[in-house]
Amino acid sequence: MAEEAAQEAFALAAERWPRDGVPDNPGAWLTVTARNRAIDRVRRERRLAEKTRLLEVPEVTVDEIDDTVIEDERLELMFTCCHPALAIEAQVALTLRALGGLSTEEIARAFLVSEETMKRRLSRAKVKIKQARIPFAVPADHLLPDRLDAVLAVIYLIYNEGYSGNVDLAAEAIRLGRVLALLMPDEPEVQGLLALMLIHHARHEARFEGDDLVLLEDQDRSRWDREEIDAGRQLLDRAIALRGVGAYVLQAAIASLQAEDQVDWEQVASLYAQLSRLTGSPVVELNRAVALAQAGHAESALDIVDQLDLSQYQYLHSTRAELLRRLGRTDEARAAYRRALELARSEPEQRFLAQRIAEL
Amino acid sequence: MKYALLIYSKPDWRDGVSEEDREAMFGEYVALNDDSRCVASGQLQPVETATTVRVQDGQTLTTDGPFADTKEVFAGYYVYEAGDLDEAVQVASRVPAARIGGAVEVRPIVEM
Repeated sequence: MAEEAAQEAFALAAERWPRDGVPDNPGAWLTVTARNRAIDRVRRERRLAEKTRLLEVPEVTVDEIDDTVIEDERLELMFTCCHPALAIEAQVALTLRALGGLSTEEIARAFLVSEETMKRRLSRAKVKIKQARIPFAVPADHLLPDRLDAVLAVIYLIYNEGYSGNVDLAAEAIRLGRVLALLMPDEPEVQGLLALMLIHHARHEARFEGDDLVLLEDQDRSRWDREEIDAGRQLLDRAIALRGVGAYVLQAAIASLQAEDQVDWEQVASLYAQLSRLTGSPVVELNRAVALAQAGHAESALDIVDQLDLSQYQYLHSTRAELLRRLGRTDEARAAYRRALELARSEPEQRFLAQRIAEL
Repeated sequence: MKYALLIYSKPDWRDGVSEEDREAMFGEYVALNDDSRCVASGQLQPVETATTVRVQDGQTLTTDGPFADTKEVFAGYYVYEAGDLDEAVQVASRVPAARIGGAVEVRPIVEM
């Protein structure tokens, strides 16, 4: 389809990878805030994030919880830092401090809190680990799946923070993902998460043109990091060979397909369907609708979208608007764009939507 | 190390629970008490029997009712000897109250 740039919702949905649906407070949605910070970053400095290289084994500076932790104990440390008995902010901070090698000051900056606050957060977590005797161990087999999910969730959370306060958290997450992938080479979801982050990260230099968001279909592909995409795809292959069919593997597969020159949208839609069954997330369903529309099934896509309970989600409305526009229902499209505009929080997104309305 | 397992349950938890299920649950409570790691336990009588005591300026003030006026009430406890938090959590997860809308708070006990 010789179509004008994919509608904002389509591309941004592809850029976003939400898997857990919409939180009650949209402002708390990490990826949105991460994008806003990325916009600020571009404005303030043009310095780009350091490229990460697959074969480089990261220098891990470890902050001891009790005693000095040797290399072999990194896996135990990861599970300890991500223990569910700790508050999630503590898990994130501890993981970055103990395994990510960031200073307390850097972590504080990245999460927009004072160094004192971050010091206290870390200290309280360490006290809890000591006093409540959170074990320093890789969990027993029957507990491992849930606990591994918790570790992956922390890494993914960090990834989605992106570039913040001069700290490249996406790169930190990738580094953590690499460490975990080395330590757990036979866990498909571990390989899947790293694959997802790499393939997604490969596009980061093409995502912005000045202050403007560049949609997936418009991105200058020469600015994509081909090595990262290839590395991600290798990991994805490994995950699939390990019979991985979990959420991260599925998302990585989707990301891989979307990095093709000719995107097989039918396949993408089918993968979203699997992901939807796995997570029950309406946002995933929205992404599936987008993929179906890209495959030429705008009517079916609209049917799906109209059944979703996401009235406070701006991308629901912008997706609806685009589908209505494609189906020639211009007035309804305009109303939907207006609704999306009301909910839009970032300036670039607001400008984009206003532009869409003007073009109707 | 000793852990306190503080059991909170909804006062009306018996509603909609069959005689059979209640008996089964009672059996589970007994089993948890009989576990060799269990050092102490107590089932509290219903919250209507509670009295709260405070002392202010040498004066003892007693009021009717529990300390915390919440939907879930403190219903009983176990003290368990466990190696680490994961072990204590595993025991707590088997307390019947936890799966019928109640909760178990797990806290290490100060070693004297």
